[in-house]
Amino acid sequence: MAKALTLKELSKKEVLISPGHRMCAGCGAPTVVKMVLLASDYPIIAANATGCLEVSTCISDYTAWKIPWIHNAFENAAATISGVETMYRSLKKQGKIDKEIKFIAFGGDGGTYDIGIQSLSGAMERGHDMLYICYDNEAYMNTGIQRSSATPYGADTTTRPAGSVVPGKTEQRKNLTKIMAAHNIPFAAQASPSHWSDLVKKVRKALDITGPKFMNIISPCNRGWRSRTDDSILLSRLAVETCFWPLYEIENGITKITVKPKEKKPVIDFLKPQGRFKHLFKPENEALLAGIQADIDREWERLQKEEACFAS
Amino acid sequence: MAQVVAVTGNEAVANALRQVNPDVCAVYPITPQTEMMQRFANFVSNGNVKTELILVESEHSSMSACVGASAAGGRVVTATSSQGLALMYEILYIASGTRLPIIMPVVNRALSAPLNIHGDHSDAMGARDTGWIQLWSENAQEAYDNTIQAFRIAEHMDIRLPAMVCLDGFIISHSIERIEYLEDEEVKKFVGEFKPLNPLLDIGHPVSYGPLILTDYYMEYRKAQDEIASKVSGIVLKVAADFEKMSGRKYGLFETYRLDDAEIGLIILNSAAGTSKDVVDEFRDRGIKAGLLKPRLYRPFPFMETGEALKHLKAVCVLDRADAFGGSYGPVFLDIATSLYPYKEKPVLINKIYGLGGRDYLPEHAELVLSELAGIAKTGSVRSYKEYIGVRE
Repeated sequence: MAKALTLKELSKKEVLISPGHRMCAGCGAPTVVKMVLLASDYPIIAANATGCLEVSTCISDYTAWKIPWIHNAFENAAATISGVETMYRSLKKQGKIDKEIKFIAFGGDGGTYDIGIQSLSGAMERGHDMLYICYDNEAYMNTGIQRSSATPYGADTTTRPAGSVVPGKTEQRKNLTKIMAAHNIPFAAQASPSHWSDLVKKVRKALDITGPKFMNIISPCNRGWRSRTDDSILLSRLAVETCFWPLYEIENGITKITVKPKEKKPVIDFLKPQGRFKHLFKPENEALLAGIQADIDREWERLQKEEACFAS
Repeated sequence: MAQVVAVTGNEAVANALRQVNPDVCAVYPITPQTEMMQRFANFVSNGNVKTELILVESEHSSMSACVGASAAGGRVVTATSSQGLALMYEILYIASGTRLPIIMPVVNRALSAPLNIHGDHSDAMGARDTGWIQLWSENAQEAYDNTIQAFRIAEHMDIRLPAMVCLDGFIISHSIERIEYLEDEEVKKFVGEFKPLNPLLDIGHPVSYGPLILTDYYMEYRKAQDEIASKVSGIVLKVAADFEKMSGRKYGLFETYRLDDAEIGLIILNSAAGTSKDVVDEFRDRGIKAGLLKPRLYRPFPFMETGEALKHLKAVCVLDRADAFGGSYGPVFLDIATSLYPYKEKPVLINKIYGLGGRDYLPEHAELVLSELAGIAKTGSVRSYKEYIGVRE
């Protein structure tokens, strides 16, 4: 078990995604990647699904990645890293390589919840020693804020715009963390860049476990969320404090809520600063807001009961 | 000492893969390829190979995993047919554009709809312009020999491109033929140790694979890929010469059969070439100067050499086991026509579509076509430039 790292220790480690990449100012994703790579004591090889992170970090002839990195296509980061990991196992068995290396795939919610879910499910079921990290910014941000199955109810997107008859997205988001946990993998968790210590701890735990691991990390996008450029940590914290994005882990089937808000804030605290939910605050949409709160309360309740099942 | 065996085409190729002993194989079952990979999986389960298998959930993932494994730095194989190849389509371009020497036997099968599991060339023809090398095989022996040679060709440091080895579904994959196996040691020596190039697993020298390249340099990369393609035929011939020294079996860019002094000729890929050669012999016996050309390296297509081999004929029929809808003619016809375009004096070209979805190609079909060509050679008049043969009216 890797020991927990203090902020001081983390600050001394080499940052493996270099500045100068072309992600938007205030984007959550590079912060997430930086934290994930800082967390590891092992050398990492990463695969990256097509998306914001990929197109902005490796524009030929420049790369922001100081680790070996491969981008293949949109829907296949999991299959791609499973190939890299298998070659590693093969060459290690043959005595052609002796170093301990860990394998991580990064994908956005479009490349993970939607088009990449088959490839991800297959890789998890096959038991590769890999960590899949979804940076979830809740829509297809790279192509211009289109609705995905991670987009929350009521959000305004360019393919489900809030109009006079349609109040934004009319469906619930998919609970991908639960779906991944249902693969009976040894570790599935949710994290947030606002809670760096929790995030780093989960990555370190995941990398020490042999087998397939999944982490879903909320990643604010000020362009798509219609929020202030400097609000990404604030918003990801509000997501946790309102229980919109609970921080928990499921290790070997046992659920543990890792960060419990001292006082659960109303979801409107999270929704209000974001332009994508602006229309929900019109008087005629009061019921929709109440519905969103009810959904969050129910899921938070369910998660606490799930945790209680395993409490000793 | 060569070992003479009676095996199916699938078994022969599986044995070639065992002898090459790749590091990783990612594969998904599809008829008629399945038997090949079942046999290979048996080798894995019984410790006959060092290969790590990835039993993926789709062909899209098998090609995706192959890209990852190959970039990681080792020898990688997969195999597929038909819908499976179609599902890989997106990643085929990524494998070739990334210059990864992945080897893939393709057991040729028709494409849906309507659904059909039998042999035709629609699958590999749809992938002919994906940047992969394609070697086509008449019988189990050629499929076995091509598979072994494909590794040397694809992994050549001047090329580093993926390669498909095509063989006809059921007709070759499931028929038992007499073939000669090389010794394990001979094959091992022939393909040699895999030489990694910028492997991901070299963590001391981190590399980035799969960059974004926009309007500034994309075209230069494409041009470079085209230039590499032009080197393939030379390497194919060199590898074939080495292979002949070891096996006594001669291979080229294509096979010509009684073509040098021929006046009429057939162009035909894969298993149907065998049937056609018998009929060419019958016409020769009757004093008609018939010949045949069977493409082997179909991609990159050796236009110059093919044109040179055919230019003296009076009439030629290209037989296509696939159609190119909307392209007026079958795919092989289009390439043959292109190869003859530079010549002032050239044969009359006609196109027949045959054998789709596993429809039998019979000696009488070759007879009818050769008789028609003899007529064209004599009169110069063409009844029809393209038609389906062996089909209900």
